[in-house]
Amino acid sequence: MTPTRKRRLYAALAVTIGVGVAVGLTVMALRDNMLFFFSPTEVHAGEVPEGSNFRLGGMVVDGSVTRTPGSLKVRFDLTDHGQTVPVEYEGILPDLFREGQGIIAMGSLNKDSVFVASEVLAKHDETYMPPEVADALKAVHPEGYNSENYGDDKKDTPDGT
Amino acid sequence: MNKLTLWFHKLGSPEYFYRFAGRWAPWAGWSFALLTVIGLYLGMFKAPPDYQQGESYRIIFIHVPSAWMSMFIYVAMSAAGFVGLVWRIKVAEIMAMASAPIGAAFTLVTLVTGAFWGKPMWGAYWVWDARLTSELILLFIYLGIIGLYQAIEDRRTAARAASLLALVGLVNIPIIHFSVEWWTTLHQGSTVNLMGESSMHPSMLWPLLIMAVATKLYYVMNVLQRARNMILELESNKSWAKTVLQPAEASR
Repeated sequence: MTPTRKRRLYAALAVTIGVGVAVGLTVMALRDNMLFFFSPTEVHAGEVPEGSNFRLGGMVVDGSVTRTPGSLKVRFDLTDHGQTVPVEYEGILPDLFREGQGIIAMGSLNKDSVFVASEVLAKHDETYMPPEVADALKAVHPEGYNSENYGDDKKDTPDGT
Repeated sequence: MNKLTLWFHKLGSPEYFYRFAGRWAPWAGWSFALLTVIGLYLGMFKAPPDYQQGESYRIIFIHVPSAWMSMFIYVAMSAAGFVGLVWRIKVAEIMAMASAPIGAAFTLVTLVTGAFWGKPMWGAYWVWDARLTSELILLFIYLGIIGLYQAIEDRRTAARAASLLALVGLVNIPIIHFSVEWWTTLHQGSTVNLMGESSMHPSMLWPLLIMAVATKLYYVMNVLQRARNMILELESNKSWAKTVLQPAEASR
């Protein structure tokens, strides 16, 4: 390789790697601020400032959904299998909203530690399968099949698979 | 010099590359068409509905291959740009610049199909989570590269400046890929894993993989055609290009 080309090679590599390191450090520093949602455990640990708006992510507890007849008001509990937070919401829920489903709610905690949501989004997981296969899996694991994960340190498979 | 290195050096010659691209682009194009018909037929009609998402999940057969291509093309473009910057090979510069609009188009398709998927499934067309935001930034980087290339008069200076911008933006690719692991996002994690098991039933996975190959062939076809045109334009005062452009006049 000629000296000119060598010089250019090092310059191009330096730009690529330099930008990579700079952005990498920035991203590491901002890591905690770039979370899309908090988990119920973090809410209980007091990591979320009171009265401020934030997103809460978790799984809808089976049998916890209650609707007020004649209105769009709905109440349910969100869990990450450690802690549970009660949620209130008034509005139309997405198609994927159901008990046992991972969802993300936007809102804030009121004085009674109830999370009042202004928006509810459903988080679907990375598993795709035909309904018959899902039924077959359910028969083997009656507690339900789910491979959702909430946050990097809380990878949970409720049925222990 | 062995045969492969010799062939590689030959490919650096615009004239040789022009003929090479002209020979292979139609093959890539026809195999793309064939695989797309097969892939979409299997995906839209043969694959079973999903246990949770029903029929709506079928947008995956467009969305996911496009998302893969948006990143794949970026890496290919950066690699070509890098070779162009260091060795000043005309064909490499042209390949990098011919890739940018195709990558931008795939990024746009990814964002639009993702929005159509997001509304019924999540309940929102758009959220500012790490995956969606970094993919949007990718579109802006592509547009920046295209814009910079068009803004500079001299084609070769323009290609080098835009290639440098491509190398700067390369850092975004690992961010897009790992965003779903590093941060909590609304977007789900990877379904298909190169290493280890994919969390998708084979009846749905096969059409997806066929579409992934089909989109790559589309890229090959498109980039070779674009590169051919750009080479002709750049070399229009060379005698071989004149022969191609006006065969009758040149032979007179």
